[in-house]
Amino acid sequence: AKTRDSFTSKVNDLVARYRKVDEDFFEELEELLLQADVGFETVMELMDKLRFEVQRKNIKDTEGIQAIISEKLVEIYEAGEENITELNMQPNGELTVILFVGVNGVGKTTTIGKLAHRLKSEGKSVVLAAGDTFRAGAIDQLQVWGDRVGCEVIKQSEGSDPAAVIYDAIAAAKKRGADVLICDTAGRLQNKVNLMKELEKVHRVISREIPDAPHEVLLALDATTGQNALVQAQTFKEATNVTGIVLTKLDGTAKGGIVLAIRNKLHIPVKFVGLGEKMDDLQPFDAERYVYGLFAEGLEKELEKLDD
Amino acid sequence: MAFEGLAERLQGTIQKIKGKGKVSEQDVKEMMREVRLALIEADVNLKVVKEFVKKVSERAVGVEVMKSLTPGQQVIKIVQDELVALMGGEQSPINFNNKPPTVIMMVGLQGAGKTTTTGKLANVLRKKYNRKPLLVAADIYRPAAIQQLQTLGKQLSIPVFALGNDVSPVEIARQALEQAKEEHHDVVIIDTAGRLHIDEQLMDELKNIKALKEPDEVFLVVDAMTGQDAVNVAQSFNETVGITGVVLTKLDGDTRGGAALSIRAVTDKPIKYVGMGEKMDALEPFHPDRMASRILGMGDVLSLIEKA
Ligand SMILES: Nc1nc2c(ncn2[C@@H]2O[C@H](COP(=O)(O)OP(=O)(O)OP(=O)(O)O)[C@@H](O)[C@H]2O)c(=O)[nH]1
Ligand SMILES: Nc1nc2c(ncn2[C@@H]2O[C@H](COP(=O)(O)OP(=O)(O)OP(=O)(O)O)[C@@H](O)[C@H]2O)c(=O)[nH]1
Ligand SMILES: [Mg+2]
Ligand SMILES: [Mg+2]
Repeated sequence: AKTRDSFTSKVNDLVARYRKVDEDFFEELEELLLQADVGFETVMELMDKLRFEVQRKNIKDTEGIQAIISEKLVEIYEAGEENITELNMQPNGELTVILFVGVNGVGKTTTIGKLAHRLKSEGKSVVLAAGDTFRAGAIDQLQVWGDRVGCEVIKQSEGSDPAAVIYDAIAAAKKRGADVLICDTAGRLQNKVNLMKELEKVHRVISREIPDAPHEVLLALDATTGQNALVQAQTFKEATNVTGIVLTKLDGTAKGGIVLAIRNKLHIPVKFVGLGEKMDDLQPFDAERYVYGLFAEGLEKELEKLDD
Repeated sequence: MAFEGLAERLQGTIQKIKGKGKVSEQDVKEMMREVRLALIEADVNLKVVKEFVKKVSERAVGVEVMKSLTPGQQVIKIVQDELVALMGGEQSPINFNNKPPTVIMMVGLQGAGKTTTTGKLANVLRKKYNRKPLLVAADIYRPAAIQQLQTLGKQLSIPVFALGNDVSPVEIARQALEQAKEEHHDVVIIDTAGRLHIDEQLMDELKNIKALKEPDEVFLVVDAMTGQDAVNVAQSFNETVGITGVVLTKLDGDTRGGAALSIRAVTDKPIKYVGMGEKMDALEPFHPDRMASRILGMGDVLSLIEKA
């Protein structure tokens, strides 16, 4: 774990600059986390764990505390599991179906373009399904991505039944012997019961055609979203059995800390992060790096303020 | 996983102070802890929460019993009143130019709802204000952004000015303003590409569009689900480009919408409209009092006061 070591040492350096790891320090951490949208409950849980650990080990010197902090941070995320960012790909010769879901405007279609590009560069043949038949220009948007990346887009006219589009797309992908089919769906707010039912139907159609499919159901979450993301994750999970999250728009200033709470409460891992609008702006999620960004950057800023 | 509203949170404390004639500092402290929590869970920015709580505490300590209300009820009322006041109190109308055309610019982060709101706003202006709008497709970056606006224009039978993807947004806007004059459009709504507030180049582009002819309204379009980062976004757009008002979208969801308060607090610009759906008639004027209740998680404050 080379990344882990470098992450730990970075946090250590940082914490070392706070001479005392006292209540003020904990409060500082707490506020940083709240401002990263981690959410009150998870923040409290984390702070309790930190305090408890510090007490239990009767740690007085700052050095010992540093190690614990970095450890706990990643631990709360990873929860003992490793390799949770890998996509569930089918063996060669079999079709892998990936379904994208999420609320409006979070980055589903764009992420599909990026993911298709990524899979293609790994040598896979990819077909896209234009399952958003509702939003103005959605089909055109996916087609532009298909052209950019160089993969076929299966589509029908605007307003047609999304489940029918997906059904067609599965048949087409099978016929062409494609490795991966990625299905776009229209954005929908999780409290719209009818739209969630429609999504369940799409999911059902996929499972009926290929028993183990969809092999991944990826929920796109906008990193700028606050506490509502937890409700999103829960409701979409109930409707479509979400297997992973793509945290988009992390190239902005928002931290998307709610994924910690989602991981903690609903056990859905983040698989990718979106870092821009271009084809290459998709990266596998790296818990250490992410956690570092969440805490350390904030701490650095606070320190700069102190130094001034 | 809906969050507890302020009402439930305060029940305990309110019961305790029920028989008292005056609210003590300790009582207020206890209540304010709950207010703070409710606001944080509603995604109000932590710094904004702190200031708000401080202000309300000052007003609440020593509050005498009004004949009709218990001290607990009165504290809730103070919270509510201050929140409404902070949110702008009155509804804010559109600023029309008496020398047409009135120019309205839509700006904001990616996926916030600018293009959809452009269509909705044009619809309102035509229906309620009897105007003859021209829509301008100045997003040359997002795949099929132009088609999206054109589709909406067609649905509404409202003309869309577009020059494709190869002409700069500033030039598109310039020519659109000319055409509006020639064709006697009294309102021009410019749909711009989504951008990060930290993207200097693209923020400059907005400044350049703005420099063509000072817009009568520059609307920052913000997703109601935005978390803590809302303050950074709003502040940057307001400082670098200058905004005149805000449109809060996707309020048909189940988010508390605390971003409304954060934005208002840091920009002091009015929220003028709220988006209540994807369809072209789903734009409503903003009601500060309703928003205040929503953020606090209280459907109806009066009924709460009766309960207390
Ligand atoms: N900065 C940034 N922008 C992104 C990222 N991912 C997507 N976007 C932008 O966000 C906007 C919305 O993206 P879409 O892919 O259309 O989102 P969607 O979820 O498909 O939207 P709907 O289909 O309307 O629900 C577009 O302007 C994208 O370019 C990202 O990682 N970073
Ligand atoms: N439910 C709901 N959806 C909305 C609302 N406003 C916009 N949307 C949806 O949000 C998504 C993004 O809207 P757009 O209008 O494309 O957003 P944009 O800001 O123009 O996006 P970019 O141009 O990519 O930056 C679409 O799926 C819209 O249908 C609203 O008030 N309620
Ligand atoms: Mg889409
Ligand atoms: Mg747009």
